[in-house]
Amino acid sequence: MAETTYVEAIRKGIWEEMERDESVFVMGEDVGVYGGAFKVTKGMVEHFGERRVVDTPLSESAIVGAGTGAAINGLRPILEMQFADFMACGFDQITNFAAKCRYRWGQAIPMVIRAPSGGNIHGGPFHSQNVEVPYVHTPGLKVVQPATAYDAKGLIKASIRDNDPVIFLEHKYLYRSVKEDLPDTDFTVPLGKAKVQRDGTDISIITYGWMVHIALEAAERLSAKGISIEVLDLRTLMPLDRESILRTAKKTSKIILLHEDTLTGGLGGELAGIIGEHAFDYLDGPLVRIAAPDTPVPFSEPLEKAFLPSTDQVVDKAQWLHRF
Amino acid sequence: MSAPAVAELRPAVDRELCESCLYYMLLMRELEERIELKLYRQGKIQGGCYTGRGQEAIPVGSALHSRPGDWLTPSHRDMAALLIRGIEPREILAQYMGRATGPTRGRDGNMHMGCARRHCVPIISSIGASIPVAGGLALAMQYRGEDNVVFNYTGDGASSRGDWHEGLNMAAVMSLPIVYLCNNNLYAYSTPLDKQMKVHDIADRASAYGIPSEIVDGNDVLAIYGASERAVAHVRSGNGPYFIECKTFRMSGHSAHDSADYVPEELRAEWSRRDPILSLQKRMVEELGADEQVFVDIRKKVLKEIDEAVNWALAQPYPDPETLEDNVYESI
Repeated sequence: MAETTYVEAIRKGIWEEMERDESVFVMGEDVGVYGGAFKVTKGMVEHFGERRVVDTPLSESAIVGAGTGAAINGLRPILEMQFADFMACGFDQITNFAAKCRYRWGQAIPMVIRAPSGGNIHGGPFHSQNVEVPYVHTPGLKVVQPATAYDAKGLIKASIRDNDPVIFLEHKYLYRSVKEDLPDTDFTVPLGKAKVQRDGTDISIITYGWMVHIALEAAERLSAKGISIEVLDLRTLMPLDRESILRTAKKTSKIILLHEDTLTGGLGGELAGIIGEHAFDYLDGPLVRIAAPDTPVPFSEPLEKAFLPSTDQVVDKAQWLHRF
Repeated sequence: MSAPAVAELRPAVDRELCESCLYYMLLMRELEERIELKLYRQGKIQGGCYTGRGQEAIPVGSALHSRPGDWLTPSHRDMAALLIRGIEPREILAQYMGRATGPTRGRDGNMHMGCARRHCVPIISSIGASIPVAGGLALAMQYRGEDNVVFNYTGDGASSRGDWHEGLNMAAVMSLPIVYLCNNNLYAYSTPLDKQMKVHDIADRASAYGIPSEIVDGNDVLAIYGASERAVAHVRSGNGPYFIECKTFRMSGHSAHDSADYVPEELRAEWSRRDPILSLQKRMVEELGADEQVFVDIRKKVLKEIDEAVNWALAQPYPDPETLEDNVYESI
């Protein structure tokens, strides 16, 4: 069987759910004939028609507001934000309305907001950001970010079937750089469940998105130095899988919290809080955060390279932590 | 596309319609007065009170056209729209009092209430935000091939927000079935219209998006009823959205804490002579030969209903703090 890329996995996941459920539809900028900026919706308008693949004006707030209205009135919208950065234009609709409907008036909002996020593509300050934290911090939203093609397909399908609004962050660098054989079955990956991507005993790296691959590369190199790394891929950032986080923390007692997002106020602080509160007695070393510095995402290659957390950085920090 | 003159095309006066309009306008007026002038001052209301005093004709003249399959997104000046959809005075009072049996179960306050069963979306506090949401409600109607419509309510202030413009434009492009009712009450909180926009009529803004519009006397319930009838006929037939600007005035502060000293006395006096309830009663006397006793009877019925609702609401339980974390997610 041919290997499926991350982008193709998302496309197939959406396609299958649209075949399965007439109320599922896609809406966003350039999602029709053009097939979306990253081709996630390629071929859909030809197959499903303009009723179910809706091109919109360049209006993120209207897209999210209309998606929420459609969800209230019985549909299951999948909204495409062309870049996660531009979700900010629909922030009010997402956080002040969609997220609060169930709480305020018991109204389910079964809606997925897909957003290509992350860097390492020379996108610069407006096309490379990792914007998960404001949404993680908004009660009522679920936030997902797959790292593999399998999870991309399983999680998009689970997100579409979920009855709460889901922010589905797709890493742009992973779209075409990761692929794997996928089963032909109708599988889903449950929201709220992390996954151990590599078993280890000395240090746990808790991470998500593209950084899972950085962690796995670092683990391979550290293995040659006799250090055994466990890599926990969070997959869902809200709700966090506290059980898996604490299990790996208690298992290795040395923790690296790794994310591509900037350091201050990043998810690493929350993870450190959970571990500090519930597994403090198990720790044999300081909680180590590795993240991008507190700057906008730079454009030029040497700057972006210096900005993004690297395998070298993880290897160095892990060796330092291992000595405790 | 151009807006006809104010109060054009008055429909023939119909007794049953007039009595129905009068009942809902009075129910809204009296219920809001009970809330703001009595219960609020007695400390029985939690938070603020936002009334639509003087603007009752707008929700009444329009929402009476709604059918069960239609959806409404009322603003905080449109309590009568909720009443017409079947949300009862006692539920509204329980909401204002923060009780567990109000429409939001104490999770939200004052006019921030709706009901999925009655197809009313609760206010989104950044008011223009309801315009795109109305678009989505309408999109789902179009998606299923229904001839239902959405009644969207905002004010002049909302038309200064980006959402308003994004939403109107999208609805026009997609030909969505929405009737927009804009209450132009001349003030956004304390900011007068001339500090908000250079255009005189908000209908001009709708025209800019290719949406047909008309301007009506927002204090004339029958004029609004007539305009809404034309709008609904246009929209239900699949011709896309329709915009009605209702020229009116906010006969109160922005909320109960606002004495509205910034409003010139002459302006308030001028509009108080155009009270929508008194105007309708005058017309009923002049054109239908209505007996004053009819007004007395309707008022009596309304006050009795409110008294019973207040007693019921005051006896309702507050939400249990044990339920604090309920209903944020379906499952986690």
